[in-house]
Amino acid sequence: MIKTFSLSFFLAGKEIWRNRGRFLLFSLVIALITLLVLFIAALGEGLGNGNREYIANIDGELIVFRENADFNIGASRLDQSTVRAVRRVAGVVDAGGISTSNTAIVLPEEVLKVSLLGVEQDRPGFPTLAEGQSFSGGLAREAIVDRNVLSRSDIKVGDEITVRSTQGTEDEFYTLKVVGSTDGQSYFFQPSIFVSPQTWERVRPKSAAESSNNNPNINIVAVKLAADSQIETVRENLTNSVSNIEVADIPTTIYNIPGYSAQQGTVQTQGGFTLLIGILVIGGFFQIQILQKVPQIGVLKAIGASNSVVGWAAVIQILIVTAMGVFIGGALTFIFSLFFPPNIPLVFNGQASALAILALLLIGPAGGLVSVIYAVRIEPLKALRLA
Amino acid sequence: MTTKALEVLDVVKTFMSDSGPINAVDGVSFEVNSGEFVALVGPSGSGKTTMLSILAALLTPTSGQVLIDGMDLAKMSDKERVALRREKIGFTFQSNNLIPFLNARENVEFMLRLNNRLDHTGRIRTEELLARLGLEQRLRNLPSQMSGGQQQRVAIARALIHNPTLVLADEPTASLDTERAFQVVKTFAALIHENRRAGIMVTHDLRMCQFVDRVLQMRDGKLVAIIEEPAEIMALAKGD
Repeated sequence: MIKTFSLSFFLAGKEIWRNRGRFLLFSLVIALITLLVLFIAALGEGLGNGNREYIANIDGELIVFRENADFNIGASRLDQSTVRAVRRVAGVVDAGGISTSNTAIVLPEEVLKVSLLGVEQDRPGFPTLAEGQSFSGGLAREAIVDRNVLSRSDIKVGDEITVRSTQGTEDEFYTLKVVGSTDGQSYFFQPSIFVSPQTWERVRPKSAAESSNNNPNINIVAVKLAADSQIETVRENLTNSVSNIEVADIPTTIYNIPGYSAQQGTVQTQGGFTLLIGILVIGGFFQIQILQKVPQIGVLKAIGASNSVVGWAAVIQILIVTAMGVFIGGALTFIFSLFFPPNIPLVFNGQASALAILALLLIGPAGGLVSVIYAVRIEPLKALRLA
Repeated sequence: MTTKALEVLDVVKTFMSDSGPINAVDGVSFEVNSGEFVALVGPSGSGKTTMLSILAALLTPTSGQVLIDGMDLAKMSDKERVALRREKIGFTFQSNNLIPFLNARENVEFMLRLNNRLDHTGRIRTEELLARLGLEQRLRNLPSQMSGGQQQRVAIARALIHNPTLVLADEPTASLDTERAFQVVKTFAALIHENRRAGIMVTHDLRMCQFVDRVLQMRDGKLVAIIEEPAEIMALAKGD
């Protein structure tokens, strides 16, 4: 076996080295496919993050929605009594109401759209602080902002920001002091700012009919449990004990964020098609290559090279060329990613990139499989035209 | 000491065609001893290429026996036949002889690699053999950087480097001009004799027969004549 591999490696390596121009060109084709696949994976991750990041990072295991909201955060409306009822259910360690809305920070030269989230201090749903301190309760005009807000503006912790909000039919402007920052809290494709529930109710855009309302609308309740293993039991307890609610775990909540599954499906389909095109391109190249080498393979077999030597030489060659292409593509992706502006949601997640690279390394052998089988089946008599 | 390198006993190879079975080789028997260089000649369709394919263990005869070094090809598995080709047989073909991405030295050494015998002695022997064939300046040249004659000489070195029992050459001069053809076959014959190998050359060019010890003439699948007398061989080669 070692001898077979050694011979196959010798043949594959020599052929690549002596035809390095041709193989380098083909590696560059694979590099372009790699570039495309990695960017699509990063875009999928970035778009997904932009949509789900805050929900995925909630310090809780279950989310309570209003019954028949179909796990749609925007469609769900709960009141404070529901939050209190949830906290009393057996197995619930803590629960915090979360209110969602959109607003815009007025910057000197532009307006930065943000998600405005009302959360209860130190309850589930409250973000982990990266810098500064928590906002005060009540109507304090204080906010915690996502790092994405800081990176897209000159705002620093301690600064005051102006938030534009439509009240009825008029634009109102509110000044909030940035008391802290948090990391990785994008929601609905926008960076987030966090305020107390009362401040949220005051600042959020409202219709004229809602303007007299002082009780914050709560969209969902984040529920923290003692252990993950209790998810099913507590979900049942919640449904039985609290009326007019439905309960989902975090993945279900993310999946039901409007547009999330359609967006991820689109990106994954694009990635899948790119891989499929990669398989066809690689398969086509190696098939042509093998067809050109029929007499040469015939000679190899006639002088005593076994089918396994010929077959493994083809496989090793495909693997080397694919690995070279993936390596060049990975390096190009890294270089290009340095020059992309922060508003393009590209996130190179280690696991997603590793999976994409593994898939790319596998498409070589998958694409070249037909050519390897063809090479093994070449009969020396026919190849040498002795038949 | 003379030993029987090859024995062919009443070999028949039948192919099926639309008009019925055709005997491409029909009851052929002969022997070749070590140190003997034999030419297999005949017109197109006489069965010489089929005979060569059988001797090369690339084609199985319908009946009869082929023994190389006393080993019966018919009793061998596919794997054993591959091993036989690797260890006991040396080949040169009409064209596409060499592996295009290996240089002259690597092409020759590849036979030693295949047989797990590439060591310092093997490398020295490769250099000596290529030098003997006048290729000492071409060791690092790829086939595409060599003339047809030089490529054939590399193929001859490859066919001999692993000391096979039997060396087979299929029209080795087909793509060469007359002068180079004579030069190649002359060197080939000398090496066969020096190294005490059994050599069989299939050729349609009777002029090349002047370098062989015996001529086997085939026609319609049958062995119709065996010419052994040097004078007769020379007469055949000169077209008399």
